[in-house]
Amino acid sequence: MVKISPASSADVTAAALLAIRKDMLRFAELQLRDAHAAEDVVQDAVEAALRSTSAFSGRASLKTWVFAILKNKIADHLRQHKHTAPLSSLAGDEDEWGQKLEALFNDKGFWRPEMRPAPWPDPEESLSNQQFWRVFEACLDHLPAHIARIFMMREFLGFDSAEICEQLGLTLRNCHVILHRARVRLRGCLGEGWGQSRGS
Amino acid sequence: MLNCKEVTELCSEEMERKLPMRERIFLRMHLAMCSGCRHFRSHMGFIRQAARKYAEGGAASDRDTKG
Repeated sequence: MVKISPASSADVTAAALLAIRKDMLRFAELQLRDAHAAEDVVQDAVEAALRSTSAFSGRASLKTWVFAILKNKIADHLRQHKHTAPLSSLAGDEDEWGQKLEALFNDKGFWRPEMRPAPWPDPEESLSNQQFWRVFEACLDHLPAHIARIFMMREFLGFDSAEICEQLGLTLRNCHVILHRARVRLRGCLGEGWGQSRGS
Repeated sequence: MLNCKEVTELCSEEMERKLPMRERIFLRMHLAMCSGCRHFRSHMGFIRQAARKYAEGGAASDRDTKG
């Protein structure tokens, strides 16, 4: 079904891409929150990869290379659809969130003793652990859509905050606040799912 | 003096832009005294590191060799 152009780096086969496809799809879905759009960008990326196998030098892993292509496709998609992004709901669950944030600090703004951050497991160890990545994905999925979108544009796609604001029509201050909230939420979720419960 | 809530905001802010000198100094002073905020800051760094790795297709799965 997929045709393969003459490849100088012979390893880029449809089969190899097929093996990565599931991970690509999850990555795209996390960001777009739209199964159909995710399917489209992944298909675009796979076709682009198959067309340009000669550009794959073998320096990076195939997966890294294909993910770089996929990130470009997602970035293009977001640029094209910036006006349809459902970001009017910036309020979202902010009330509930505000209460959670209050729960971290006392009325003087210092950590409540039981909320004071404690060290997490060794980073390298975490990053090579499958269970960690399952928690990571679940936590991202758990973020409200508008917060997740901005966080992932920043940290996955490498947009800087100025570009994100411009695309989404937010003030820089607003962007920074949203990014901060995303990080605090992720930290809370990762802490519960991974930081404290290793080995159990 | 900054409180912890303000310091956590600066920890995020410094990932977006270079902080002005005055804020950098206040941040350092606070971090020197507050282990909670030091841990918070290292968690922020770790989250960024994890996100980058994930976006490079680097999440460990049974098919992958690490690298």
